[in-house]
Amino acid sequence: MKLTRKNFLRLAVGGAIAACSGALTRTVRGQGLVGTQPQTDDGVRFGMVIDLQKCRREAGCSLCRQACHQAHNVPEIPDPQHAVKWIWNEPAAKVFPAAGESFSARTLPEQLPILCNHCQHPACVRVCPTQATWKRGDGVVMMDYHRCIGCRYCMAACPYGSRSFNFEDPRPYLLKPNPDFPTRTIGVVEKCNFCEERLAAGKGPACAAACPQGALVFGDLSDSASAPRQLLEGRFAIQRRPELGCGPSIFYLV
Amino acid sequence: MLDKALVGNRSYWGWLLCLLVLIAVGGLCYLRQLQEGLGITGLSRDVSWGLYIGQFTFFVGVAASAVMVVLPYYLHDVKAFGKITLLGEFLAVAAVVMCMLFILVDMGQPSRVLNVLLHPTPHSLMFWDMLSLSGYLLINLVAGWVMLQTEATGLPAPGWIKPLVLLSIPWAISIHTVTAFLYSGLAGRSLWFTAVLAPRFLASAFASGPALLILLCLLLRRCTSFDAGREAIGKLATIVTYALAANLFLLGVELFTAFYSGMPEHLESFTLLFSGGGLAPLMWLALAAALAAFAILLVPRWRGNEKLLATAAIMIFGSLWAEKGIGLIVGGFDPSPLGRVSAYTPTFPEVAIVAAIWATGALLVTLCYKILVAVRAAD
Repeated sequence: MKLTRKNFLRLAVGGAIAACSGALTRTVRGQGLVGTQPQTDDGVRFGMVIDLQKCRREAGCSLCRQACHQAHNVPEIPDPQHAVKWIWNEPAAKVFPAAGESFSARTLPEQLPILCNHCQHPACVRVCPTQATWKRGDGVVMMDYHRCIGCRYCMAACPYGSRSFNFEDPRPYLLKPNPDFPTRTIGVVEKCNFCEERLAAGKGPACAAACPQGALVFGDLSDSASAPRQLLEGRFAIQRRPELGCGPSIFYLV
Repeated sequence: MLDKALVGNRSYWGWLLCLLVLIAVGGLCYLRQLQEGLGITGLSRDVSWGLYIGQFTFFVGVAASAVMVVLPYYLHDVKAFGKITLLGEFLAVAAVVMCMLFILVDMGQPSRVLNVLLHPTPHSLMFWDMLSLSGYLLINLVAGWVMLQTEATGLPAPGWIKPLVLLSIPWAISIHTVTAFLYSGLAGRSLWFTAVLAPRFLASAFASGPALLILLCLLLRRCTSFDAGREAIGKLATIVTYALAANLFLLGVELFTAFYSGMPEHLESFTLLFSGGGLAPLMWLALAAALAAFAILLVPRWRGNEKLLATAAIMIFGSLWAEKGIGLIVGGFDPSPLGRVSAYTPTFPEVAIVAAIWATGALLVTLCYKILVAVRAAD
């Protein structure tokens, strides 16, 4: 073939298309089209069991929330619509709406703590266009505040309302900043990180450590000898909206 | 050819000046949003998408609707559309640019937008939306511009232009399908979690886009020497009639499933949308306007009357704008995953930013159409 300008352009365009499609197939193959990574690369699935018989024996208790929000520089924003929350209390009827109409004796407390469910098939991870939120091999759903573009698709996708967006600069609302944990800027999404910084140091989550009743039990759900699994074996537990297929790793013992 | 946009009478320049003022006001508001964050909008942790994303969704439909003039002309040889295919393509260009701007202003960290390309994520529909929208912009820009140039120079069109225009047909369907998939793939949002969302999006797009095109044709005839012709406008009106019928049918299908099954989740969002929530008056108004416009369009004698047709087109555009650009997106967040119903009221800066993007779209349409009319007048 003679190398005319036309042929040269043809080759260049053809080469570019081939390179692009190659790169695309690689990424598609590498990540799975619907976000179906192997669940637990390292055979661990961290989760938590919340014992509702122990939780909130003291009315109005929010020690877990205080410990978490202090440790992670979560701002106290007065406007409830701009609030940032990692773990907090909600009315049980709102958390488990399906359990609402029942003639049996009340089995759920008025209020119960909720946090990110660190799902097995997290909808937020599936929709995030930049992989700023991703699932670790041990099941912890992570968040990169420096990669997040603030599109809030994860907030639309999360069926649990576990994600918060920084509508305002959070720093003026920090009462006692913790120098060991990063603060955030406007325009990024954040949520509970299962205390990955404490897990790395061999400690359990701050909320569990702060509960005087020991109502929050953290551990490896794939290990039948772990504390949460032992609890789950003996009692009836519920998850939030399991029918959606996300596979929440937070269980509530009734 | 661009120089043709620089010649105009007083009202032309006055119109451009109005648009530029709107863009400047919105631009200043956007600077404030960059500084202070999205907290200056009416968005909240419960209603985390609002006017910006709603407008984005609606204008993807307007962009896709260019296919409704391109397809009949290129596949069915409908000669009447020969004069207006370029109008459709340039409208698509302006609409896609608006969509991209709406996405950009909605971002919390717009400076990181290229992360979407830096970390390509095929399991996110947002990634596909970005690809399909930019591809569609490119196709229409190139096709529109090259066709206009062939008209100006009188030379035959290059051979590759027809395959490109034909490619734009499935591409147009894809942009709005992918946009619907952004929503209908979310299991936790019952208003959006319906397989009929993508077809419904297409139906409302093919009604609202051609309705806008009818209005633009009538406007061009009044303000310039360009006349699309009665036949083209009449055919557009027929397309709008069928598309609107399909859209109303699909809405009815949705309502049947929700209300007959009585499933609380599906019931709740529709009940809130049409009776409980703050959007209810707007939704009823939109529905009434759509039904009234449909009645006008159904009668051939009324449809043929240009005053009535223009009224119907305005009603349809407004109705579908309210239904899709506001009701569907904002309504999808009610109730929140924790059962809360929050009022969403756009703030002044938010509305000013939206107005600036509308003005940008109008500016692009004006400039493109101005060049087109000048080229045709020179023949």
